Amino acid sequence: MKRSWFAMPYIAWMAMFTIAPLLLVVFFAFTNADGQFTLINLRNFFDPTYLSILWRSLYLAFFCTIICLLIGYPAAFFLASKDFAKNQALFVLILLPMWMNFLLRTYAMMSLLEDRGIINNMLVSLGFERLELIGNEGAVLLGMVYNFVPFMILPIYTALKKMDTRVIEAAEDLGANPFNVFRRVVFPLSIPGIVSGITMVFMPAVTTFAISRLLGSGNFWLFGDIIERKFLESNDWNFGSALSLIMMLLIIASIGLLNKADAKQEGGGAW
Amino acid sequence: MSRENALINLIGIHKSFDETKALDGIDLFIDKREFITLLGPSGCGKTTLLRIIGGFESPDEGQLLFEGKDILDVPPFKRPLNTVFQKYALFTHLNVYDNIAFGLKLKKLPKAEIETRIKRMLQLVKMTGYEKRMVDQLSGGQQQRIAIARALVNQPEVLLLDEPLGALDLKLRREMQLELKQMQQHLGITFVYVTHDQEEALTMSDTVVVMNEGRIQQIGTPKRIYDEPENAFVANFIGESNILSGTMIQDELVSFAGGEFECVDSGFGEMQPVDVVIRPEDVMLVGEDVGQLTGEVTSVLFKGVHYEMMVQVGDYSWKVHSTTMQPAGSKVGITIVPFNIHIMHKEESSHEA
Repeated sequence: MKRSWFAMPYIAWMAMFTIAPLLLVVFFAFTNADGQFTLINLRNFFDPTYLSILWRSLYLAFFCTIICLLIGYPAAFFLASKDFAKNQALFVLILLPMWMNFLLRTYAMMSLLEDRGIINNMLVSLGFERLELIGNEGAVLLGMVYNFVPFMILPIYTALKKMDTRVIEAAEDLGANPFNVFRRVVFPLSIPGIVSGITMVFMPAVTTFAISRLLGSGNFWLFGDIIERKFLESNDWNFGSALSLIMMLLIIASIGLLNKADAKQEGGGAW
Repeated sequence: MSRENALINLIGIHKSFDETKALDGIDLFIDKREFITLLGPSGCGKTTLLRIIGGFESPDEGQLLFEGKDILDVPPFKRPLNTVFQKYALFTHLNVYDNIAFGLKLKKLPKAEIETRIKRMLQLVKMTGYEKRMVDQLSGGQQQRIAIARALVNQPEVLLLDEPLGALDLKLRREMQLELKQMQQHLGITFVYVTHDQEEALTMSDTVVVMNEGRIQQIGTPKRIYDEPENAFVANFIGESNILSGTMIQDELVSFAGGEFECVDSGFGEMQPVDVVIRPEDVMLVGEDVGQLTGEVTSVLFKGVHYEMMVQVGDYSWKVHSTTMQPAGSKVGITIVPFNIHIMHKEESSHEA
């Protein structure tokens, strides 16, 4: 029996759940309700409403990624450090949220931030005014960072952890103080981890939908919400497919950009 | 064992990892321009000792003097020495040029100076023209050369080398041994070299330090270490040897294997138990009736330059190297000239290998 036959179940799976839906999305995007070819769906997208929603999705995802990087890198650095190697408990604690469904996590965040949620109740009992913690971009951003930061930590942690300690010693040996060791050796060698961290945070962040609805209290929409609504509420599969297609192209383009940036820094994409 | 004018003095160095003793009272001095080799089996503490000199480990006890000043509190990046690491530890994110330039850039040397120094270094290690290559595109031997260049370009007073040739094949290793020795003599730098390969140690070093179980067994020139091993461990580790239990009857007379032999050692006292070392190439096979001992050849192996024969005499099996072969089963006589018989004090600890 040929070894390649072992791939058959997966190929069947992929054909059914990846390729066929993709073809359907393309088909719907370029047809109208009667199944006739049209470009109207794509043209409808270039409407200020949708463009501003896309813009909001992009910049929220951008800030989410930046914040995740700023929190995630030091966390990964700490987790990978020698002092920490024996302390498994903290490691589990940091990764624990990742093992729970993201909706659960978001609902938890909601019950913290709500007008009559835990934080506000505490504030009131301490004699402060209630704050408007939910229903704004800050809340959505917080929810996104909370959900996605483990995806930043893990790849960076892996890159740092597998780094040969002799390379660090070699840098010290050649006269690099701790700051220079980090700047000239540790950081450059962890760039592949950063790149995959950015990819793993930015992609889901830009397509986020439920978080924005739960923590945005329906006050504003993200691109993912629009797509969901077109399919489930207005039953406009054609326009929904067109929006999905645009989203997909954006994602592919940004992956391409990231890979290119990485290749430049690695001088030939050694990773 | 410390000395005033030595470049490096190690005094009473102890180091344990958890419960295991890695170094157990090391005293050693290293002179300027010396090629000194720390030799021993894996786990003997030689690498730990090197890492203490480099600053990557700190001892539990003891002193490390560099030109008379204790440098144990000086971090590695401020020590006036450089290291060639086991498996090289090159920077994979940098090309050959930037790997070698690493230390010089940190010292903020002018660009032109860096360039000329690297050029010269690449010439020295015979890697001219490889400046732009990424290090993971190089062969093991080439990476080795770059690792040496990266360390030497900083013009350190001392170069520490941790089994630098361990990953190379035999032929390349022999070539690099010669080249390293030439570089050391040419540049006049002190080399502290760690290896488990006794041949390498004997070929390259001015001084060999034989270590076992965290202790120094013997310090001496290669010739002295080979010819006059101080104990059974050294005799066994350096080259091959026949080690027999014997009794020193009086000065220059020793008995072992059921016979009495003249030797050249004295000062052991009378009727003292000793270990007797005889190198396989010093055992001469003669006619059965003219030997000091008689035995039977039990096996013969062809080794290229010589034959290796095992000769059973009583309950001891002698290893004999000779260019002439006696067939297995033949009766032979054994003769040993007095100055090839080496007498050692009996081991107190049980190093019987």
